Amino acid sequence: MKSEQQYIDLFTRFEDTINKHSTALLNTPRRQAFEDFRRMGFPSRKVERYKYTDISAAFAPDFGLNLNRLDIPVNPYEVFICDVPNLSTSLYFVVNDSFCNKVQPSATLPEGVIVCSLAEAADKYPDRLAPYYSKLAHTEEDALNALNTMLAQDGLFIYVPRNIVVERTIQVVNILRADVNLMANRRVLIVLEQGAQARILLCDHATDDRDFLTTQVIETYVGENARLELYELEETHARNRRFSNLYLQQAAYSNVLLNTTTLTGGMTRNRTDVLLNGEGAETNLYGCVIADGCQHVDNNTLIDHRVPHCTSNELYKYVLDERAVGAFAGRILVRPDAQHTVSTENNANLCATPEAHMYTQPMLEIYADDVKCSHGSTVGQLNEQALFYMQQRGIEPAEARMLLKFAFVGQVLDSIAMEALRDRLHYLVEKRFRGELHKCEGCKLRK
Amino acid sequence: MLEIKDLHASINGKEILKGINLIINAGEIHALMGQNGAGKSTLSNVLVGHPAYEVTQGTVRFNGKDLLALKPEERAHEGLFLSFQQPVEIPGVSMINFMRAALNAKRKYQGLEPMNAGDFLKLMREKRKIVELDNKLANRSVNEGFSGGEKKRNEIFQMAMLEPQLSILDETDSGLDVDALRIVAEGFNKLRTPQTAALVITHYQRLLDYLRPDIVHVLLDGRIVKTGGPELAQDIENRGFDWIKAENTY
Repeated sequence: MKSEQQYIDLFTRFEDTINKHSTALLNTPRRQAFEDFRRMGFPSRKVERYKYTDISAAFAPDFGLNLNRLDIPVNPYEVFICDVPNLSTSLYFVVNDSFCNKVQPSATLPEGVIVCSLAEAADKYPDRLAPYYSKLAHTEEDALNALNTMLAQDGLFIYVPRNIVVERTIQVVNILRADVNLMANRRVLIVLEQGAQARILLCDHATDDRDFLTTQVIETYVGENARLELYELEETHARNRRFSNLYLQQAAYSNVLLNTTTLTGGMTRNRTDVLLNGEGAETNLYGCVIADGCQHVDNNTLIDHRVPHCTSNELYKYVLDERAVGAFAGRILVRPDAQHTVSTENNANLCATPEAHMYTQPMLEIYADDVKCSHGSTVGQLNEQALFYMQQRGIEPAEARMLLKFAFVGQVLDSIAMEALRDRLHYLVEKRFRGELHKCEGCKLRK
Repeated sequence: MLEIKDLHASINGKEILKGINLIINAGEIHALMGQNGAGKSTLSNVLVGHPAYEVTQGTVRFNGKDLLALKPEERAHEGLFLSFQQPVEIPGVSMINFMRAALNAKRKYQGLEPMNAGDFLKLMREKRKIVELDNKLANRSVNEGFSGGEKKRNEIFQMAMLEPQLSILDETDSGLDVDALRIVAEGFNKLRTPQTAALVITHYQRLLDYLRPDIVHVLLDGRIVKTGGPELAQDIENRGFDWIKAENTY
């Protein structure tokens, strides 16, 4: 049996249950998504954007789903304390795919700003969500979009009204929590209206030693002159498989900093599509991957320059140790109208062992004739001369290697605009390289 | 302090050192001269344990210990320091992190606690003055974008921080202008004590004018063929190596 069959069967059998425990907005595109998924199935590795990750194999095992939305007994504050020093955030929790209403931050958000359950928001403000939900993540084009849209029942909604500046960082901790092997399908919608500003930090954690399979679709709309910093930090474990599709649409003169960091995990597949839709928009896309063991991390990005005078910078760095496999495919598309585009793309990778593998594919497609674009990629090893130099000064080889790896990713870490988070990530990455990081240091698990 | 007996070493199967014998005592400065390709740098690399070189014969004792049995970092902890002919640039690793790692590794080896941040910065400031390095150094990456002179001053700075017993200066004078040479040499002289010693590899008399070696050796085709006082260096400066070569042609 092909691995998509169990999801087709699941939907056929439980469509009513899924609908019953969700809401009209999410239910509307569900049928079409199902048809799209049934038609396409999982993409094989012959499909360009999926050539580095075997989706079908990852989805083959049988995972439990919580379609009846049973309350999972967990008090996030009890299992989780995330105290990034000097980083006072408005802290929210999502357990598997359910926004946790039980705990809310004490500090209030500026008027009109919404951070809540997606399903709840869809009921309360249907008109506000309708123009956005499932409009960027096309189900007919990507099987994972289709699968997520047909199964997702809830998730997260973040809304910042026109000209509102949210000073305090919105931090959302996604906790994977289950007593059986679990599949969670999380849906996220982020809308920044014209002139709005926000910083959002999404942290992924897994508390239980179970197999997890997570799909996530994030649709993000950034209005004219709006500014968004969006940080995604994955710190799950080797038994997690993460499939995340992030869509970001930018209006004129908007500015976005997007940083995706993978510190720990099992299999990670991030698709990131940035659509520059308004003149003068700027996007800065950074990624940092630290992988060892049998980790598999695949980042697939598209920056679509659709209009003139947009700027994009993209930098991804990977450090692969042991038998880790990394993949990066970054496509920059400069459409015929997109004159005066300025775009740089760089992917630099370090393979610390002969067994580590990196696949890299920077792609630049230019259909306009007055642009400034560059793209490049490197794969290298640790500098032996530098290692010996350090050893001669008395630094042990393991420490010397750690310093070199740390130096290598420093450039990406320094791109983080939030100082407290930058310091925190420096600390976490160092711990990671020393092999001391199994779970977020600040987030001590309590039994 | 250092006792080399019948040392043979090769790289990629090619024998470079063909039986070196050398004794260096505390308080002494030895100069090692010789033409390009004679094996001077090979000797310094072998002493600090560069993995590319293979010792095929002979022994080296350092303060009574079998030096060749020690790892490169252990040799450093025991008090051996090499001022590299070409100091390596390490982008992204700041001097301060680099020096702290080196110093604390040595302290760990000696059974001492890591030095606290305040004391460490104070020490950096103090030692920096010896070679007139400016205070922006701490945050710069190791040797990255340093001029030739700064790199060599940085080597002596590191030597000052680590306080080795035996320092090997491998063509520390190469690529230096006269002022930088004076700063480096004077810096080195400030670090001399009756307990320390040095092996200075050079082509030129100028560095030796500052350092005033006690003993001068001439290396020819992997062997020390002539040993003398400071006047030998002067002879070489005036007459070149050919007369020594002639003496050793059979």
